[in-house]
Amino acid sequence: MNATATNSVPMVEMRDISIAFGGIKAVDHASVELFPSEVVGLLGHNGAGKSTLIKILSGAYTRDTGEIRINGEIAHIENPRDAKGYGIETIYQTLALADNLDAAANLFLGRELRTKWGTLDDAAMESRARQVMGRLNPRFEKFKDPVKALSGGQRQSVAIARAILFNARILVMDEPTAALGPEETAQVADLILQLKKDGIGIFLISHDIEDVFALADRVVVMKNGAIVGTANTDDVTKDEVLGMIIAGKCPAKAISGPGAIVD
Amino acid sequence: MSGDAPNNRQENEIKESAVIRFLRATEVDTRMLGMIGALVLIWVGFHYYGKIFNGYGAFLTPRNLWNLSVQTSSIAVMATGMVLVIVTRHIDLSVGSLLGVTAMVMGVIQVWVLPQFLGLGSPYIWIITVAAGLAFGALIGAFHGLLIAYLGIPAFIVTLGGLLVWRGSAWWVARGETIAPVDATFALIGGGPYGTVGATGSWIVGLLGCLGVVFLLVSGRKQRVRFGFPLRPVWAEWLIGAVGSALIIGAVLVMNAYPWPKGIIKRYAADNNIEIPDGGIFISHGFAIPVLIAIAVGIFMTFLTTRTRFGRYVFAIGGNPEAAELAGINTKRMTMLIFALMGGLTGISAVIASARLNSATNALGQFDELYVIAAAVIGGTSFAGGIGTIYGAMLGALVMQSLQSGMVLVGFDSAIQQIVVGCVLVTAVYIDTLYRKNST
Repeated sequence: MNATATNSVPMVEMRDISIAFGGIKAVDHASVELFPSEVVGLLGHNGAGKSTLIKILSGAYTRDTGEIRINGEIAHIENPRDAKGYGIETIYQTLALADNLDAAANLFLGRELRTKWGTLDDAAMESRARQVMGRLNPRFEKFKDPVKALSGGQRQSVAIARAILFNARILVMDEPTAALGPEETAQVADLILQLKKDGIGIFLISHDIEDVFALADRVVVMKNGAIVGTANTDDVTKDEVLGMIIAGKCPAKAISGPGAIVD
Repeated sequence: MSGDAPNNRQENEIKESAVIRFLRATEVDTRMLGMIGALVLIWVGFHYYGKIFNGYGAFLTPRNLWNLSVQTSSIAVMATGMVLVIVTRHIDLSVGSLLGVTAMVMGVIQVWVLPQFLGLGSPYIWIITVAAGLAFGALIGAFHGLLIAYLGIPAFIVTLGGLLVWRGSAWWVARGETIAPVDATFALIGGGPYGTVGATGSWIVGLLGCLGVVFLLVSGRKQRVRFGFPLRPVWAEWLIGAVGSALIIGAVLVMNAYPWPKGIIKRYAADNNIEIPDGGIFISHGFAIPVLIAIAVGIFMTFLTTRTRFGRYVFAIGGNPEAAELAGINTKRMTMLIFALMGGLTGISAVIASARLNSATNALGQFDELYVIAAAVIGGTSFAGGIGTIYGAMLGALVMQSLQSGMVLVGFDSAIQQIVVGCVLVTAVYIDTLYRKNST
């Protein structure tokens, strides 16, 4: 599938991105690309810099160096509003929900539907929320309760629903199935495949190498803030990828990055 | 004995579920019921305490309730703003001092400055003064917000500084002089016999209030029907409408039952060439203007918090500041706007307080910040952020003021008053904590 992808312009191109927090280089000259209809798995230990790298894309952090291109054009992403403007939606590991508000209020947070008088149109938002949630989690009924009262899986569905509600073109999912049971995890997997079919590019961050192999077209492995290597999931084995994550060793069929250990 | 116990329990369960079913059908906030219960307890308690120990019950009289309504206004207005401040996990300790300096500035403007240009008693004086007061309050509030949001200084520190700075400034504006009397039209905003809307006006306000209740119920039901959401039973709608209207009409009756004092009537009759008949004339006070202002502010703030983006963002920031930022909300700008709003509302309270006193002094509003914060917290605003209601804070203000004036009426000395208010505040928050634990 990458035969077609390499011909076209990448949807997202993060080039030479670095960011440091108090002298610690969280991301060190990392470059990644994402093509339409592609799922790229970002792998690495805790603290490898995966979440930080994608938070730069979604505008939560501002990079120190490097550039981001969206569809080949330089993008100016300084805050989450900018990122959303480029069609980048993010499901954060922490879910980033306002616990005191209900599901509909969270889904539309920052992009509320309004009546012709400019007031909040809660009924319309709840109605839309029921549609979207129905697709993700058909048994979800707690539309009036604050999100605090929901189970982990339900909260996760709310966070996912928020990302797909606004016709995202680029989706960033940071551990989207961390709080889910097997059934819900399968639903998310279905959803990812469906979104992929719609031409959406997806960054998938996960600890679960099985998940990533099942869903991703390519994997990008990070270690200590730097890219170890990039590989098509068809070309490498799980053990080889584990070797990249743990030892930083890049197998022959992968394209090695600056973080790879050279023997 | 042992045979009775299960029976009793069963009965209790049935009773309980009936109450719960009733609450669910009417969708009444149980916290609000609790607060109204506490309020009734305070009112009846002080009334009968007075009756038993002092020989007369002064609390549940039209005169006292009218005074209570006027005294509550200034605190209630500021408490609505404090809700937003506390909901977003901040605090504003400066409102009392800000009220003082704003009142002084308005005093100087309307007594020393404007009459020179417009002539004494010009109808523009009060308008310019009020506008200047609101702008001054909002500007200082925005300045506090700027320091908090953009320079990252904690709100506690900024407004603690403000408490000292603006109290000092209040003295400095007129070198400690008391500025009196204020413009005659301006003084009406503080209430007093002339600063009321009278019997007819009160009835009009009351009927508009009843219409408002009916409108809200009907339009709310229409919205739910439109989107197929669960409806309240029809009897519950009627009950809420009836109770709401009864409360409004009751308030009108009480306010209208308090007549002007004889001296005022005599002067009024002389001014208007009215013959006073033998029985005297009964001229009702009706709602005082500051009370109507407080109600209008309450309605506006309720609308702002529940029906607009601004309000939604306030609660989102309070619930999870990081999530609000990630959702694209400009949290810094919001913080500044919230403090500016708090300052503007403090300006309104400064108008009410100085108009009521018919003067501006540099001590005006001292300790108000404590009452305002207490009102918001008693009204259910949580320091953990994200939770609070406008009506709760206004009821809280009424509770605080009822305690205060109740103790004055029955003759507690001020030392006891402080002790009681302090204990009530702590107890109220403790009860609230228990309530929240049980409800989740």
